[in-house]
Amino acid sequence: MAETINAFKFSDKALVEIQRYISHYPEGRQKSALLPALHVAQAENNGWVSPEAMDAIAEILNIQPIEVYEVATFYTMFNLKPVGKHVLEVCRTGPCCLRGADQMIETLKQKLNIEEGETTADGMFTLKPVECLASCGTGPMLQVRETYYENIDSEEAVDQFLEMMRNKEVETPEWAK
Amino acid sequence: MGIKILTEHINVPGIETLEMYRKHGGYRSVEKALKTMTPDEVVEEVKTSGLRGRGGAGFPAGMKWSFLAKPEGVPRYLVCNADESEPGTFKDRVFMEKNPHALIEGMITSSYALGANTSYIYIRGELLFVLRILEKAIAEAYAAGLLGKNILGSGYDLDLHVAPGGGAYICGEETALLESLEGKRGNPRNKPPFPAVKGLFQSPTVVNNVETIASVPWIVNNTGAEYAKIGIGRSTGTKLISASGNINRPGVYEIDLGVPVEEFIYSDEYCGGIWKGKQLKAVVPGGSSVPILPAELILKTAAGEQRLMTYESLSDGGFVSGSMLGSGAFIVFDEDQCIVRNTWNYARFYHHESCGQCSPCREGTGWMERVLHRIEHGHGHQQDIDLLVSVAKQIEGNTICPLGDAAAWPVASAIRHFREEFEWHIKHPQEATAPGAVYRGQLAAATV
Repeated sequence: MAETINAFKFSDKALVEIQRYISHYPEGRQKSALLPALHVAQAENNGWVSPEAMDAIAEILNIQPIEVYEVATFYTMFNLKPVGKHVLEVCRTGPCCLRGADQMIETLKQKLNIEEGETTADGMFTLKPVECLASCGTGPMLQVRETYYENIDSEEAVDQFLEMMRNKEVETPEWAK
Repeated sequence: MGIKILTEHINVPGIETLEMYRKHGGYRSVEKALKTMTPDEVVEEVKTSGLRGRGGAGFPAGMKWSFLAKPEGVPRYLVCNADESEPGTFKDRVFMEKNPHALIEGMITSSYALGANTSYIYIRGELLFVLRILEKAIAEAYAAGLLGKNILGSGYDLDLHVAPGGGAYICGEETALLESLEGKRGNPRNKPPFPAVKGLFQSPTVVNNVETIASVPWIVNNTGAEYAKIGIGRSTGTKLISASGNINRPGVYEIDLGVPVEEFIYSDEYCGGIWKGKQLKAVVPGGSSVPILPAELILKTAAGEQRLMTYESLSDGGFVSGSMLGSGAFIVFDEDQCIVRNTWNYARFYHHESCGQCSPCREGTGWMERVLHRIEHGHGHQQDIDLLVSVAKQIEGNTICPLGDAAAWPVASAIRHFREEFEWHIKHPQEATAPGAVYRGQLAAATV
């Protein structure tokens, strides 16, 4: 087998987690575990899902690779290209904008010197605008992995947040601990 | 202050643990239902309660349950819709995060009523941290014999699982949710057949919102008749309201249906008034898809009656002068907010979230976004306003799921009530695009 650029192999803990999801569904319905498997793959692959990771999922779930691709490209949480260490998923939807989300995003762009969808030169941050994260009472807000950061409503708050993130390791999901 | 059916213990430290939850009366409805009631008796109580779907549509929950087909030898499913994605709505997230056992108790009692032996909570993928909380609580419930085989010695079996989405508003639509739960793209299904006949894995399925299911234990414990005494008319019970926008106290509030809108906005018990001493300009009372109303029409109906927080009062006047309770996402705008900018923001949201199956929605949402973008950025034409009305009208009712309507209503209502503001943007592009600029003509006229 030819070696590929993005060679991918699930860890044992990841395989256990995917099998756990498969066991939640009736016999023959293992495809239902596809979205959970994509989340696991993304956590295992530095925050993005490579074609190789998708092929590995197809093999585990015994489905065609195209069935994985069409799902991965439909849902916005799955990054299909390499991303920075921390992906800042900033809410850009109406209710957060009433409390200053536009300014928060503008400030982040200036401080990081990148546009929406880009990654900083040092590979530390990717700025990814997303739609409503169900945290409208505490906006402006953003998400990184499984954590919400709320009420980022001033330049000082953005500074503090970035400073904290620069020193933060990537979260380990519950199943990988 | 009304009765707290859903939130009484929500801030008790440790309420997320089984021990503390039981100490506060948790899981009593499971004992009562499984040991002393037949499934049909539980369904009857829910019917009597008048409980309506809390996800937005407001369809009577008991009636939805009674539609469930029950062919011999075919499994039935209860699926909880925890895909809370409607802009402005965050009540389910807060509820599940703080009090996971309350949802699990509702799932057990409701699954028993429907004869389901496997049930799922489908939660939006962004809330993986809430999924972990739910899974921890579910493990506790299994260990205590509240889930699994022969629950509390009743002979009833139930397995409960949580499934994450992947980031797609459309999966809040129940058939898109079922597709997603089957590991597919979230494309809504054509109906009929309805999920009650062919749902998850082609089996009869009920899909209910988190808050709907969480209301069932109280109804079982206290009877549907008691529940129906709360609220006004056909708006029975309590409702979680997600309050956001330019108010002093954003957050989730449980209200008796029937609280006056004015009290909800200005009372310190709820929103605490408009922030920074500013004036109220408009409200979207039920989530981004329901019509926006200017201050004078949200406080009073067109007939001059006090507007109440009920399904009926908020929709009084139809779409000419009313709106909807929807999911109870109450978004408040102060005098400095630009309606055109907000409408463009919502249009961008619906364009982004359209699944692309039906052409009126796929093409129309993008068209509306582009037109609104050019008006907001000073490049609008006078005929653009009527163009938007026309596009919205051609989307509405012409798609297989309600996302088309949800995209059309905010645009149509913003133009209906704030047409002058759109005209001002088009006639005075330089003024309108200046930083911080906002049209005040209509507000001044309304308060003179």
